[in-house]
Amino acid sequence: MSTVEVPRGVPLDRPNPFDPSPQLTRLRETRPISRMIFFPDEHEGWLITGHEQVKKVLADTRFSSSSTFQRSPVDSPFLPKQLKEFPVEPGMFIRMDPPDHTRLRRKLTGVFTVKRMKVLEARVAEIVNQHLDELAASPKPADLVEKFALPVPSMVICELLGVPYEERAEFQTRSHKMLSFSTQPEERMASIKEIQEYILGLAKQKRAEPTDDLLSDLTQDDDLEPAEMGGIGFLLLVAGHETTANMLGLGTFALLEHPEQLEILRDDPELMPKAVEELLRYLSIIHLGARRIAAEDIEFEGHLIKKGDSVSISVAGANRDPNKFDDPDTLDVRRTATGHVSFGHGVHQCLGQQLARIEMRIGFEALLRRFPGLRLAVDPSEVPLRTDMAIYGVHKLPVTW
Amino acid sequence: MKIKADREVCVGAGMCVLTAAELFDQDDDEGRVLVLQPEPHPDQVAAAREAVELCPSGALSLEEG
Ligand code: SF4
Repeated sequence: MSTVEVPRGVPLDRPNPFDPSPQLTRLRETRPISRMIFFPDEHEGWLITGHEQVKKVLADTRFSSSSTFQRSPVDSPFLPKQLKEFPVEPGMFIRMDPPDHTRLRRKLTGVFTVKRMKVLEARVAEIVNQHLDELAASPKPADLVEKFALPVPSMVICELLGVPYEERAEFQTRSHKMLSFSTQPEERMASIKEIQEYILGLAKQKRAEPTDDLLSDLTQDDDLEPAEMGGIGFLLLVAGHETTANMLGLGTFALLEHPEQLEILRDDPELMPKAVEELLRYLSIIHLGARRIAAEDIEFEGHLIKKGDSVSISVAGANRDPNKFDDPDTLDVRRTATGHVSFGHGVHQCLGQQLARIEMRIGFEALLRRFPGLRLAVDPSEVPLRTDMAIYGVHKLPVTW
Repeated sequence: MKIKADREVCVGAGMCVLTAAELFDQDDDEGRVLVLQPEPHPDQVAAAREAVELCPSGALSLEEG
């Protein structure tokens, strides 16, 4: 009885900047497990949009992260035109399955515990305040992405890793290229290689003269090949740049467009941890979703997912599922939004999530306190949206105060 | 009721500590789960259930009774 067509790629249109594509919503309503066409070879794989189903796929390691054949969930040059084997690069543990994944991830989990992140809070607050001082002193209107949302998480991850912050422009441009749908495959691969080489060069220095940072610690680990370390450093550096930055940028936009929610939050800053979870749920910035490949034939809720089938997971679909969240399309900073899948689920669930939470709590709290008159400096329709990027958000957010 | 944690399965995401800091901690080395209180008080049972549900790796479970 379904009237929704098989989608060609993940639907990414955004009539409302904060809501997922209406097609995605219709799909979840009619069939939370749907077929979907992947590129470049028109492979008919699967798109999973229901909350329960998304969690199940992510928790099931028969859905492999080590995609031997990578296909693109969007029709763009984003990935190479020929279906070809992608060797998983050393250290890139997000594209590995256990036990390789486990071995590498364990080298990092100790650094990102809830406790360790608490210790970092004071430093994060300093970085936040420093950027807000600069924002306050700059001419109005100002771009909140450039002045605040991007530099804060960049500086935090650079310090944690031991990457000189002054060199950020170099890899910020490359990381941007890497994640843009319009980048040609060769250029994308080149950007990846350049960031990796940069990290490897830095690691060489740190091995000789270790300093007090994560990269130095990793270089002292005899169990890690240098190339693996390069891969790990690359992942952390890129992840630390584009994710939290977009939550801060798009999150501020969302709050400014929901003044009653902003009011509630200003009246009761204690609500901030809840508000952060709710913004994570409501905005679901990983709008391209996660990808898996069936490593064997899998019977899945009445469907046969064949070995080799590509599976695309919709974070936004799951986070707006009314079977999980009441009134899911309403932003409500007072609700308990735990159980959202914005950090994923399963063994690959985001390693840096506790750091991200701290940056958002401190960042939003200080921003709202320091700029009680914060408002958009352009019409909301003029805010450039990142529909063309693997991680959704705003390219710019012109604000005044 | 007893909380069981499989440290081999744990991926150190810290959701348990975030959900119920009285019941869980993570070790300093690898960030793997430590159960502080294997037998939760009646008023901690809801938090324990939530932690089990939110654990991404399936490392946590509850033994009823
Ligand atoms: S939530 Fe699960 S995976 Fe994460 S630290 Fe706790 S037990 Fe380990």
